[in-house]
Amino acid sequence: MNKRITIQVCMGTGGMAAGGAEVLATFESLMKEKNIPAEFKKECSMHKVGCRGLCARDVLVDVIAGDNRTTYQYIKPDMVQRIIDEHVVAGNPVSDWQVTDDYHKFHEKQIKVVLSDCGNIDPEDIGAYIAAEGYKAIDKVFNAMSPEAVIDMIKKSGLRGRGGAGFPTGVKWEACRKAPGDRKYIICNADEGDPGAFMDRAVIEGNPHAVLEGMVIGAYAIGATKGYVYIRAEYPLAVERLKKAIKAAGERGYLGKNIFNKGFDFDIKIKLGAGAFVCGEETALIASIEGQRGMPRAKPPFPVHHGLWGKPTVINNVETLANIPYIIKRGPEWFSSYGTEKSKGTKVFALTGKVKNTGLIEVPMGITLKEIIYDIGGGIENNKKLKAVQTGGPSGGCITGDMLDINVDYESLAKVGSIVGSGGMIVLDEDDCMVNVAKYFLNFTQSESCGKCVPCRIGTKRLLEILDRITKGLGKESDIDLLLKLSGDIKSASLCGLGQTAPNPVLSTIKYFREEYEAHIKDKQCPAKVCRDLLTYSILEDFCKGCGACMRACPAGAIKGEKKKPHVINAGACIKCGSCFDVCKFKAVSRG
Amino acid sequence: MAFKVTIDGKMAEVPEGTTVLEAARMLNITIPTLCHHPKLTPFGGCRLCIVEIKGIPRPVTSCTTPVNDGMEVTTSTPQIEDLRKTVLELILSDHPNDCMICERAGDCTLQEMAYIYGVRENRFEGERRTYEKKDGNPFIERDMEKCILCGRCVKVCDEVQGVGAIDFAYRGFQSKICPPYEKDLNCEFCGQCVSVCPTGALSGKMWSRLGRQKDVKEVDTTCAYCGTGCNITLHVKGNDVIRVTSKEDTWNEGWLCVKGRFGYQFINSPDRLKKPLIRITPKDQSNPPFTHFAKGGHGGITRSQFKEVSWNEALDHISGRLTEIKAKHGADAIGGLSSARCTNEENYAFQKMIRAAVGANNVDHCARL
Repeated sequence: MNKRITIQVCMGTGGMAAGGAEVLATFESLMKEKNIPAEFKKECSMHKVGCRGLCARDVLVDVIAGDNRTTYQYIKPDMVQRIIDEHVVAGNPVSDWQVTDDYHKFHEKQIKVVLSDCGNIDPEDIGAYIAAEGYKAIDKVFNAMSPEAVIDMIKKSGLRGRGGAGFPTGVKWEACRKAPGDRKYIICNADEGDPGAFMDRAVIEGNPHAVLEGMVIGAYAIGATKGYVYIRAEYPLAVERLKKAIKAAGERGYLGKNIFNKGFDFDIKIKLGAGAFVCGEETALIASIEGQRGMPRAKPPFPVHHGLWGKPTVINNVETLANIPYIIKRGPEWFSSYGTEKSKGTKVFALTGKVKNTGLIEVPMGITLKEIIYDIGGGIENNKKLKAVQTGGPSGGCITGDMLDINVDYESLAKVGSIVGSGGMIVLDEDDCMVNVAKYFLNFTQSESCGKCVPCRIGTKRLLEILDRITKGLGKESDIDLLLKLSGDIKSASLCGLGQTAPNPVLSTIKYFREEYEAHIKDKQCPAKVCRDLLTYSILEDFCKGCGACMRACPAGAIKGEKKKPHVINAGACIKCGSCFDVCKFKAVSRG
Repeated sequence: MAFKVTIDGKMAEVPEGTTVLEAARMLNITIPTLCHHPKLTPFGGCRLCIVEIKGIPRPVTSCTTPVNDGMEVTTSTPQIEDLRKTVLELILSDHPNDCMICERAGDCTLQEMAYIYGVRENRFEGERRTYEKKDGNPFIERDMEKCILCGRCVKVCDEVQGVGAIDFAYRGFQSKICPPYEKDLNCEFCGQCVSVCPTGALSGKMWSRLGRQKDVKEVDTTCAYCGTGCNITLHVKGNDVIRVTSKEDTWNEGWLCVKGRFGYQFINSPDRLKKPLIRITPKDQSNPPFTHFAKGGHGGITRSQFKEVSWNEALDHISGRLTEIKAKHGADAIGGLSSARCTNEENYAFQKMIRAAVGANNVDHCARL
């Protein structure tokens, strides 16, 4: 009890959902009761949990006594008493609840730059960020660097846009700096909309000041006087922390008039998105800030020449901006020491799907997919066979299970028909139907199309209809060719990135899993047994004990049978929900 | 600054800011378009105007791409034509196949494109948008199933008329153009949107099924509603004016207001005055006509209170009465009120007559259109 005790409770979206706030409150009240002086830190769990292991293991709690850090998982308020009694007071960590080896293994191959402070500092306390060397980069830039020198440094670092396209950040800044204009803008694109992606959310929730610092540096480099953070309204915690961070930074003089007495003014405004995926596209995003409907326009002119209100504008992704302070502080050589020849630095991925350790990871560019899935991710759930990894969300493609040695970087993924994208990584196993996966993404893109251009508005709808009829067993032999033809035309003829990449999930699944399409079309079979319309359920007489479990579970009343005698499914009444298959303990229900 | 551009092997020198499409048209090279309108800002939605530009790896829309110096453009390749056909088929897959009853048959850009590209079979048959609700406004028929979302109506309403009564709503396949909250149109009803619609989605309610374009004779004239004098084209079928439009190469650039476009029924109205009338019964002093007009009536005036006369008789009558009143009560007892439907020259002559011939300064003009 003579050591200083710090308790960190995960309070990101994941931690909050698991009850982080209640756990923290319980700690506070019990410690107060016992009169134990402890310093509480609210910590952004999303990152830390994502990095450390599993969002599913929330609430994660760190008890730091002196130099000893003990991490607990799955903590609920009623477990707090024992941790205090045994660990905090008596000095004996509660071994039952501590994280296990795989939790530590999850971290070994990760290299954290953007996430380095996430999960270690209180995101709502600017003092914590400053204590962790925060705003030192601004200090350096304002006192010792010209805007050109900043741009040179970013160019030298090799940093490329983390929003998906991978455009060199320094080059973009330089173009904007050189563009004539009496007023310039910098916009942080936090309109993260890919299904299953939560990288930007985690960065803003865990370390909003790093993003703001990156924006101030970017503004200085290009000569912008005003910045916007375009963020989804669906990220309330991130918005709240961002608001607090902007206020705190303004109070400390990192934002506002005459920053560091250098005569440089810069303010940041938050613009809430209204839930349109297409507003992540930069010209649509600009239209949205201007109060117009979020519809992309043709480029050129590019936003660096003709952006917000017609003025030169740089739009950078959250993760790109969060990298900036670290590059300034540690130097471009340090940054480019990570990664491959053309893809430098690290990348944050949201690892989801059928992998054991789902969560947020940050890895050096060029790491193999195998390392990500088996070393960091801990392998496939239930020891099933890996079928494919979907990267890049609805704009991306699939990488098959036998291509695991591929390096994860912009060029290598593009070569096999996928993309790094903004960083979604969905692991699929043998139970996933690839036609259904393509249909899922097409359903997303077609409903998120802005409706402006024909190939995207109608073309993706037609793609979806064709996929839908294939999964219903109504596919025609010519459908694969039609999908390929239409996909190609949509890619060539669409206006913006949404339409140009929307067919990728179709093209890539046909490329690598054509036989699955053919099974659906020719044999009217779904090999992964996912497509409901292609399944039939029957009861195997020899295995059925007549327990009646299936009969009770059937919501359609399609199963009949006497007790202790084999039951029968009436195929006409069966709605193919699979309830009987799930409840049967004797494997007597066959699905085929 | 002038830029040199080569399109399909033909050279042109165009001013900076000219789009590839504009440059092509200067060279008499046809590029198909649906959403483009020369008087509106480029949209780039229909994708028909895609061309290949040397050095750019993907097709680009010629309507949105400004010419750069030394640009080399190819407007038609097998791949480009193939993409155009796909785009057309996609549009037609979400369009009612009812040209046989459509007002715009024969005068429809989409139909023309389908004809040029020979789209008969459609590889992409699928769901079509269906809208049961019809707009209850009195002027503009909005058949949104025929809408191809080219956005011209939205742009003309915003950029030319400055009204912004309609915009895109919803996303994806369900995108549509509608007034706020999908209410009935409640605007100026200038009908500019009707004039720029390339399909049968927007048309005038009052000319519904009165005759298609091939059946009308076009007569160019000037709108008589005000001194602006917009050039209009009467669409005459038999002896009836069934529609009014205005051509783009007129000084009013083809734009009209609600009166010019929709207020033409007076031409064939039985109430229309064609000859001068002189009152034959005395005015009812207890029932001044203007109060009745204000209440929406006709001031108790009927045709039987008047007799038809020739212009000579009418003018004699007027000059006689003016002379009489002036002699009896002085010139200031007389006032003149002219019409905004007269031209500037006519109004000038009228005030001159009141001031110089009558000798009064009581002259005004009903500029209340």
